[in-house]
Amino acid sequence: MERSTLDLWVGLFVCAGIGAMLILAFKVGNMSGVTGGDTYQLVARFDNIGGLKPRAPVKSAGVVVGRVAEISFDDERFLAKVSMRVASQFKFPKDTTASVLTSGLLGEQYVGLEAGGDSGMLADGDSLRLTQSAVVLEKLIGQFLYSKAAEGDKAK
Amino acid sequence: MAERAVLSVRRVGRITIDSILQLGYAVRFIVLTLAHSGTSFSRFRLVIRELYFIGVLSLIIILVSGLFVGMVLGFQGFHTLQTYGSESALGVLVALSLVRELGPVVSALLFASRAGSAMTAEIGLMKATEQLSAMEMMAVDPIARVVAPRFWAGFISMPLLAAMFSAMGIFGGYLVGVVLIGVDEGSFWSQMQSAVDVREDVVNGVIKTVVFGFAVTWIALFEGYDAPPTAEGVSGATTRTVVTSSLAVLGLDFLMTSLMFRGV
Repeated sequence: MERSTLDLWVGLFVCAGIGAMLILAFKVGNMSGVTGGDTYQLVARFDNIGGLKPRAPVKSAGVVVGRVAEISFDDERFLAKVSMRVASQFKFPKDTTASVLTSGLLGEQYVGLEAGGDSGMLADGDSLRLTQSAVVLEKLIGQFLYSKAAEGDKAK
Repeated sequence: MAERAVLSVRRVGRITIDSILQLGYAVRFIVLTLAHSGTSFSRFRLVIRELYFIGVLSLIIILVSGLFVGMVLGFQGFHTLQTYGSESALGVLVALSLVRELGPVVSALLFASRAGSAMTAEIGLMKATEQLSAMEMMAVDPIARVVAPRFWAGFISMPLLAAMFSAMGIFGGYLVGVVLIGVDEGSFWSQMQSAVDVREDVVNGVIKTVVFGFAVTWIALFEGYDAPPTAEGVSGATTRTVVTSSLAVLGLDFLMTSLMFRGV
């Protein structure tokens, strides 16, 4: 085999391999998402987080603005403590509400942020005071049955 | 009776000692190879030549198998997901199974049988025809001249081949899922992009392929270098390369998967 042909083939091989890796990183993976770049940390405490997992998206108005970094249990207040990393370009007012929501009926759970009207903005390490827990299906069904039973009593 | 028992215990002892000795040789061999790698980099041409034989010539089988594995994943995934009404998650299924598991493992198995066996046979025959001894006579170190370039070529090719396998497989899944069956193109790509994490999935897959590349090339070169210099010896060594490296790939894969994806 001539030297230049060999070089050409090996060069093509290496370029194609690196190209495939880049495709996997950018086209298949979410390298271009908000996971990189500068972030700041927000903490929210929930009564119940349902099936929320670390790395779940944090969305505001449906747009991904960050990711859940860590979930732990606050044993002083007996609440779930969720730390989130939010991209620094997005600032939220101090009275922002955080809620655990589900995308679709069986979809993944995420944290939804709903901005309030405060003029002060949240900074790194701040806690969100207003939170809304995940909807637990068993509780919902329980409440439904309870109210049905109450209706039945009234009808008698 | 008692003598029989002693004999079988003795055999167990023999096997244990032999395999530990073999392991020791293999470790000494890889240490020697790494220590004599200087030549491979100062004369990189040697590595490029091997990259052609090990990497470029494995391209066809890797690309074609990748395409077919991806297409089969597309069909099977669609068939199963359809029962839950979530065909739009087809992209996620194809991409995650390829990037995390099938890409690294299947391409390592193909690499072992396509390139590994060839390396073993080549080095085994060089030994059988006393080319290696001839090199030593001329004060050329066969490890530095023959073994190390092949080792680095295999080590470099493996991650590249696996990445191409996965990319090709995802393209195959796209062909079947979107073009043939008609899954929505937008949800195919966007769900895939939101579910595949670069650090957790893609990088872990690449780490796997690097480990597999190391293991398969090591086994192939050692078996060739260690082969008895006869026709039977070389054929036995070639078989052992494929069997041992396939088992090593699957075992290592289980080990790494349990370490990497434990919490998720």
